[in-house]
Amino acid sequence: MATAHGDTSAGTPQAKGPRRARGTATATPSRTPASAHDLDLLRQMLLIRRFEERCVELYSAAAIRGFVHLYIGEEAVAVGVHQALDERDAVVSTYREHGHALARGVPPEAVMAEMYGKTTGCSHGRGGSMHLFDAARRFYGGNAIVGGGLPLAAGLALADRMRGESRVTCCFFGDGAFAEGEFHETANLAALWGLPVLFVCENNLYAMGTALVREHAQTDLAMRAASYGMAAWAVDGMDVHAVEKAARGAVESVRAGNGPHFLEMRTYRFRAHSMYDPDRYRSKGEIEEWKRHDPVTGLADGMRASGLLDDAAMEALDHAVMEEIDRAVQTAEGAPEEAAEDLLLHVTGRHEEAPS
Amino acid sequence: MSTRTRPRAHPDDATTTYREALREGLREALTSDDRVFLMGEDVGRYGGCFGVSLGLLEEFGPERVRDTPLSESAFVGAGIGAALAGMRPVVEIMTVNFSLLALDQILNNAATLRHMSGGQLGVPLVIRMTTGAGRQLAAQHSHSLEGWYAHIPGLRVLAPATVDDARHVLAAALADPDPVLLFEHGSLYNAAGMLDPAVHDVDLDSAAVRREGADVTVVAYGGCVSKALEAAEALAEEGISAEVIDLRTLRPLDDATVVGSVRRTHRAVLVDEGWRSGSLSAEIESRICEQAFFDLDAPVERVCSAEVPIPYARRLEEAALPQPAGIVAAARRVVS
Repeated sequence: MATAHGDTSAGTPQAKGPRRARGTATATPSRTPASAHDLDLLRQMLLIRRFEERCVELYSAAAIRGFVHLYIGEEAVAVGVHQALDERDAVVSTYREHGHALARGVPPEAVMAEMYGKTTGCSHGRGGSMHLFDAARRFYGGNAIVGGGLPLAAGLALADRMRGESRVTCCFFGDGAFAEGEFHETANLAALWGLPVLFVCENNLYAMGTALVREHAQTDLAMRAASYGMAAWAVDGMDVHAVEKAARGAVESVRAGNGPHFLEMRTYRFRAHSMYDPDRYRSKGEIEEWKRHDPVTGLADGMRASGLLDDAAMEALDHAVMEEIDRAVQTAEGAPEEAAEDLLLHVTGRHEEAPS
Repeated sequence: MSTRTRPRAHPDDATTTYREALREGLREALTSDDRVFLMGEDVGRYGGCFGVSLGLLEEFGPERVRDTPLSESAFVGAGIGAALAGMRPVVEIMTVNFSLLALDQILNNAATLRHMSGGQLGVPLVIRMTTGAGRQLAAQHSHSLEGWYAHIPGLRVLAPATVDDARHVLAAALADPDPVLLFEHGSLYNAAGMLDPAVHDVDLDSAAVRREGADVTVVAYGGCVSKALEAAEALAEEGISAEVIDLRTLRPLDDATVVGSVRRTHRAVLVDEGWRSGSLSAEIESRICEQAFFDLDAPVERVCSAEVPIPYARRLEEAALPQPAGIVAAARRVVS
């Protein structure tokens, strides 16, 4: 049967589920008690999951439009990596970035209002689903050109390096971007200059509809990244603990001045590429196989087994998350639309200073 | 630090070259603002592909005069990222043809980030590049694509044509909150001229009237300004008084100066080293027609590059480009 990274990656016939990371985490390296920390991880992943499920409904109801790319299945990557980042750090993301924005702390109200194209959206309705920004949180988008955010990340990191700041720039991108020249140019530049960049490659096995094995001659992406002279390794992207552990180690090392690091997050999206995608290029069996490794239920099941979670607590958590999303939808629906007269705002800075 | 490479840019010196004037602008920017740094292919040890940055590495060190790999997209994008973070990068791309390798970053990021983010972000970045033909460098080093870039909202596009503008343009560009593309015409680097000691800045919002005249308005920019002035000199001998306007800023266009001149002269010749179809000259002609149609006494004439990839052979290259004789002939037609 065709499942997982194993079968689509050349030369790894043994794998049926996701390939496990080298040195998969078993402990939660957090300062908060394990139960509280796990509960927070679960809440964040659930928030992303439910937020996007609501997006599907809203898209079907034509309340939101444009291209909408869902992150469902990949939540452990955004949430796990963000445990290792703090406020001073910068994040550069892709068009599949609802999860990154929410994990970064962009309020669900602001993200949902952006989906509605309202002035209260985190990009004031100018960006939509693919261009979420939050300058105050150093969340630099929201880039819908595959690979386009990578050079930006190098530049943000270069500025930090030149000013002696102890900050890390985390750049999310996919296995598709790994085929772009911009990845290879940026990886080389960042390694050459020792820039404080954490490259997080979300390898979900498909560049839109093209399977990894059909787009890359060598599918071991971490190995190829390492050839640029930076520390690189693969991580089970369906296991939030493994992601967190790897990210903490990498961020610590980047911050210590050891140059860029690369994490290949082996993950999978359960939904189609976008709401337009009929998903003809992969089998239902493959998707079902991956759903057995669902990061949300995986964490919840583990917590249950450890006595950290019961049905009542799970229900309460889900209820709280759903209420948060309900509020976000309500405020977005009630928010004002920008006047057409304001169309030309934000094109140039001079215009901002003296609107004519 | 090496003193032998210091330019003779002091006002008391007789002349300076366009190259030296640009270098002095860079030196001033690097000296006065520690957020400024220069980055590009061969800007350091080599001294700049066309020698503009010669000596700056020795003076400012490798952190602020950074040689990059041949990765136009990465180092232009890195300039954008550094600008987002509050630096004031000056990125050099060897030629406009190579800038196409960074077009994604220039258009999809630099020009759009402010708008896409709802005004939260700004990209105060300056990108310098050589443009234009006239040196027998053939079809991959000679094109004039300024007009393409001038099509893009969010960018400012500059084409300094004189030593004074070359000397002061960078300070003005760095003061702009948005990405600025600075096109240096390759044929101008060795052009020498007197720096006007009374000039201390460049008005980026205005075109410059380089020669006043009453019978016909000749509009040019970059490397064609000197050709337009040469043509005006020849026309004067025939009794035709040509006003020569140097656009200087290609986006946003200073319509007022062009249209104001045409309203007085009632005739216009537009000179553009870009290809005619879809060119900047087409845009200017449209604006003249929109704003001064009933002031025109003759159809507007254009002198553009022939619609051919620029060839190597000297005779062919010269034939492909706007030349003073062609400008003179066009002016005669509209005046007759």
